[in-house]
Amino acid sequence: MSKYVIVGGSVAAISAVEAIREVDPAGTIAIIAEEPFPTYSRPLIGDYVSGEATWDKMMYRSDRFWSENKVETFIGSKAVRLDFTERFVETDAGKRIEYEKLLLATGSEPLIPKIDGSNRKGVFVFITLADAENLKAKCEKAEKAVVVGGGLIGVCAANALTEVGAKVTVVELKERLLSLLFNSTASRIIEEAARGSGVNIVTGHTVARIGGMAGDESKVGIVVLNSGETIPCDIVVLAAGVRPRVELVARTGLKVNKGVVVDRFMHTNIPDVYACGDVAEAYDFVSGEDRVLPQWPTAYIEGRTAGHNMAGISEEYSGGTVMSALKYFNVPAVAVGITNPTENNDFEVLTNHDSAKNVYKKVVLKDGVIKGFILVNDICKAGVMYYLMQMNVNVARFKSELLSEDFGFISLPEHLRKKILKEVVQ
Amino acid sequence: MKKIVFREEACMGCRLCEVYCIVQHSMSKDIIKSHRREATKPLSRVTVEVKKPHVMTVRCQQCKTPLCIASCLSGAMYRDAGSGLVTHDADKCIGCWTCTMVCPFGAIVMDKKRKVVAKCDLCQGMQVPACVANCPNEALVYQEVGP
Repeated sequence: MSKYVIVGGSVAAISAVEAIREVDPAGTIAIIAEEPFPTYSRPLIGDYVSGEATWDKMMYRSDRFWSENKVETFIGSKAVRLDFTERFVETDAGKRIEYEKLLLATGSEPLIPKIDGSNRKGVFVFITLADAENLKAKCEKAEKAVVVGGGLIGVCAANALTEVGAKVTVVELKERLLSLLFNSTASRIIEEAARGSGVNIVTGHTVARIGGMAGDESKVGIVVLNSGETIPCDIVVLAAGVRPRVELVARTGLKVNKGVVVDRFMHTNIPDVYACGDVAEAYDFVSGEDRVLPQWPTAYIEGRTAGHNMAGISEEYSGGTVMSALKYFNVPAVAVGITNPTENNDFEVLTNHDSAKNVYKKVVLKDGVIKGFILVNDICKAGVMYYLMQMNVNVARFKSELLSEDFGFISLPEHLRKKILKEVVQ
Repeated sequence: MKKIVFREEACMGCRLCEVYCIVQHSMSKDIIKSHRREATKPLSRVTVEVKKPHVMTVRCQQCKTPLCIASCLSGAMYRDAGSGLVTHDADKCIGCWTCTMVCPFGAIVMDKKRKVVAKCDLCQGMQVPACVANCPNEALVYQEVGP
């Protein structure tokens, strides 16, 4: 019997442990984590493949993190069954772990597009450290790679493979890369940089088939597009996105929509059962609705909220939203919130494109409040905007400053600066 | 905890805080060498922002619940267990810019060349941070703040 049982061992679980220990130094904690690694950072797998991040740099916390926090670990074990009546988790090793409070932080799994030939050797997904190890081992000898999907994971993989010297083609269904995060101007800047690094970008196409290598059909040799065009390659990375890992909670009575439905305290519909991170469907402060947000910082904050609530401190989740900072192909870029508003009438859109400096900025406002923004190549004051957005501050009086080169904390009216200093610091 | 308090009414925007921040975080700790001769000249972790007639210095404010720590992808940003200082391990930093995206003050400095960020560390090991010690008009004061 453990007072707290956590299924999952990545950032949401780690931050939940940190939060529990702030409040309850002695209560027993157990984690069940499938991946046989110390606490590492998944978003760094691209850097691991490219060689930018060594193994040490990949480590998110100390390799003694679990023991330092007096956590009993079941690493390499998979939770296979939950019983909310008897209150236990069963692992694939047949071990029953009873709980008082249970946290589901099972994360997400790759969406694998149904493509004929995707079982061939040389086809990879790109989510975990194990995926990165597999890809790293292979790409040292590889010359040509095809990345299927031009979202965040695809662009990350394309950047890493380019850096190790592979000739990369990205195939994207939509008409541009990163279409969910950015608008066309911002996507174009990143696409240009990628092309400048040698990446071939094929948009508006899908992969019809992954063909074998001449002489060894078990290995990848060619990718056939829906247009019939063929691209020879020895690596294919499937980067079609992720979905919450909810197979464990199927038919348990736990309320699941796209992810596990939680309230503002990360509590599910089952007593003493919480969920956080990629698997949870939690509050988005921009839309005011619940959604799945598979993002590292979001998982950390949700994990902390869950941990505090499990340990008895009532803490309301402030909410998250879509937010990504990118560095790929040496283009610093940020996308937060609603960046492509559809109902144009309700939104006010401010943009500024300095093509000489390759700087692009876009801010989306509604009733004077920032609902989203894009910054490309000049991102260092992004956080000021993010804070205004998060705090629902009406920026109508100084909105013209938002896109200026000199925008910064000083651009805010004095009373607002004082208020923020007080809120955040004291 | 002791923090740097900024007095806008006393700041002349001379930028000596930036100069001495660079000196303090350089290899040589020499004002000429650090600015002219060091191959890896550090960036100032304090920035003077000007919007006439206002001038102010921006640096890490040591937030109560730092979003930079929550958002850091690599674990480089952390709170020092002993001092309580929100600080940063450049050796662990991967330059993902996620902390930059969330700092309410825009106080995180991006070192694009070295692909790391830098932030104010209150000059650990010194009695008084270099910017405070060298502010000619006492616009920067090092004092106890908060609970």
